[in-house]
Amino acid sequence: MPSQKQLMKGAEAIAEAAIRAGCRHFFGYPITPQNEIPEYMSKRLPEVGGVYLQAESEVASINMIFGGASTGARVLTSSSSPGVSLMSEGASYLVGAELPAVIVNIMRGGPGLGDIAPSQSDWSMMTKGWGHGDKRYISLCPATVQEAVDMMSLAFDLAEKYRNPVVLLGDGLLGQMMEPVIFPALSEIAPEQSWAARGKLATRPRVIVRSLYLDPAELERHVDHLYDKFARMEREEPRAETWMCDDEPPVLVCAFGTVARIAKTAIGKLRGEGLRVGLWRPMTAWPFPVESLQKAAATSDRLLSIEMNKGQMVEDIRAVIGHDKPVGFWGRSGGMVPTVDEMMNAIRGQFANA
Amino acid sequence: MAYHDVVMAGFGGQGLMAIGKLLAKAAMDEGRHVTWLPSYGPEMRGGTANCVVVVDDEPIGSPSVEHAQAAIVMNRPSLDKFEDTLATGGLLVINTSLIAEPVHRADLTTVLVPANDIAEAEGSPKAANMVMLGAYVAHCGVVSAASIEHAIEVSYVGAKKAYGEANLRAFRRGLAS
Amino acid sequence: MTETLAFGRTPLLTHNYMHYCPGCTHGVAHRLVAEVIDEMGIQDRTIGVSPVGCAVLAYNYIDVDFIEAAHGRAPAAATGLRRTLPPDRYIFAYQGDGDLASIGMAEIVHAANRGEKLTIIFVNNAIYGMTGGQMAPTTLPGMKTTTSPGGRDVAQTGHPIRVCELLDTLVAPVFIARGSLSSAKNTIKAKKLLRQAFDLQHQGFTFVELLSTCPTGWGLSPTDSLAWLDRNMLPFFPTKTFREPGAMPEHTAAYHPDLKVRD
Repeated sequence: MPSQKQLMKGAEAIAEAAIRAGCRHFFGYPITPQNEIPEYMSKRLPEVGGVYLQAESEVASINMIFGGASTGARVLTSSSSPGVSLMSEGASYLVGAELPAVIVNIMRGGPGLGDIAPSQSDWSMMTKGWGHGDKRYISLCPATVQEAVDMMSLAFDLAEKYRNPVVLLGDGLLGQMMEPVIFPALSEIAPEQSWAARGKLATRPRVIVRSLYLDPAELERHVDHLYDKFARMEREEPRAETWMCDDEPPVLVCAFGTVARIAKTAIGKLRGEGLRVGLWRPMTAWPFPVESLQKAAATSDRLLSIEMNKGQMVEDIRAVIGHDKPVGFWGRSGGMVPTVDEMMNAIRGQFANA
Repeated sequence: MAYHDVVMAGFGGQGLMAIGKLLAKAAMDEGRHVTWLPSYGPEMRGGTANCVVVVDDEPIGSPSVEHAQAAIVMNRPSLDKFEDTLATGGLLVINTSLIAEPVHRADLTTVLVPANDIAEAEGSPKAANMVMLGAYVAHCGVVSAASIEHAIEVSYVGAKKAYGEANLRAFRRGLAS
Repeated sequence: MTETLAFGRTPLLTHNYMHYCPGCTHGVAHRLVAEVIDEMGIQDRTIGVSPVGCAVLAYNYIDVDFIEAAHGRAPAAATGLRRTLPPDRYIFAYQGDGDLASIGMAEIVHAANRGEKLTIIFVNNAIYGMTGGQMAPTTLPGMKTTTSPGGRDVAQTGHPIRVCELLDTLVAPVFIARGSLSSAKNTIKAKKLLRQAFDLQHQGFTFVELLSTCPTGWGLSPTDSLAWLDRNMLPFFPTKTFREPGAMPEHTAAYHPDLKVRD
């Protein structure tokens, strides 16, 4: 039975949602601003017969995830930007070995140690640069705590559907804020995957979970197979929201995650001033919702990407829009959360340019 | 009341986060949309801490607010920080037990509450935050007092029940202040 | 006259040709592991973890379910297996000296310290084999490798790491032993250590180091390699059982398990 509405911090809601989705194993290493996830898991998982284990590093966490995923279990780790950087090698191995796993990245300011304030500066890392080799990860970008909860179930389903790691990409704002949420019922997922290494059975050939293919021709076939999956993800998994676009506004703001919700407030106020502005919000950083963007942008004169970074998603937008129309960028970095007022000014500037 | 936002600020440990959560829960129980956003990080320990609560009948966009409609300030640094940024005609609830300075802006509705003194007189010196919450609810009306009282009752159960009762008394003193 | 089979193929070794160089003791070590699993009758309950290094293809030879870990991370991957699989499973990781004692030092120490119910087989041949004979953390002082052409200079690169002795400082492990594959006699002893480790695995962390040869990396013939091992490695890496049940370290008695920082 679904639960009653309850007030919950984003990070804790993400943790509970994973458990509801059948995750019983969490491996992680503390890092701010996502510590509420491991803390919640350390208390809650034993209550449902699960296992919480604090790893010695993010490098160890992601490799514990590798081992756990190899048995068919629904496994989760969470971290924040520097820790996610450390996991990149292991993530590549998960793709190569075709293992499902869910990784939560609650982004903070960078580069380097940066700060612990909210940021979106891992967009490029998650969509293009995370780990070596030809690889892809579905990255889900929730804007509200309820959406984060809903996306956790989706993340585990997609990870198993494609046997590929899936990322939930949030930021410190989402992790720390509280909102009312409704959870789905607790689900028990029995790991009975034919590809899982659980001990050799007489009924099947033994299982070898590996990413090593020493024969280049064989590796090429393997990578082609992975790209068949990625192509299917690009067809079936892009998700996006279009908001306030019914009157074909001349200016289309593009934003994801919590920035998109701040943009909604800004756009609502600008609409009150009589300015016609719409919002396009990708809910999957990868696969990038190309068709949805093309459709939303078709009737606008110019686009403005607003991000908590120095301009990362805007590169993907420009790759889609090309030279057809101007694509501007405005953002804050370093962990500075854009205010509604300064966002309104940035959007007004687009009308001045017109 | 459709849209409302409030910032609650003071020293870490004064219980600002807690009254923010009570307001958020009360609003949720009344069927409203609500967000609660804390300041977090090193400033949580000893320095100033604040949280922002947004309540609306519609889904909420920004959970952070630059010019809040209301502020509950429990120490001097918080008054310095938020008096200037409050929206025109905003509501400012000040803990005069710890803040002696006058308010400079004339456009604000100012509510002066000797919260620590009231809480101490009530025998619950830690419940000054509840006195502030009571005064704020009485002057703002974003949620009903009954919803807050219910939130207090269900938030302090078991071993914490005595705290809850003390908090309830302090909240009611604030309402009447 | 009836023929009796005195020495046969180990059932749990696959028919794949091993890729190891002539005289390399990895093949012997694989055989010992396969024999122990076979004798215990746990083939259907055993999952192996292969390393990065010469033994990366261990899964081609030992006929059990296998996963292949990233370089140095076999103890973490094995931890993931242990914490998700039913408790009756036997899990072993097979690692070389670069994998375990250099890049993977954190993972092995912490898996041991947590008392993960695993058997770790540590093949120490004092050199990196797969990458072409570079210096390892267990390379002996003065020993020439492709990255210590003048011999290991301890003033610059430190002394070899004795992993058994290092792990023996921890409280949790239940079995830590070092054996050698330098002779038939030592190999029989080494197999007993492996069997002890597997037998004790469900009680806690078990660790067996096997001193091994790398004739190619060392630039010696297989027989000279065995003699070199005995002459040079044994004095620095003594073969012994460091830890077994009943021989727990004294300092565990100084613990106050009820120590609490918070209520």
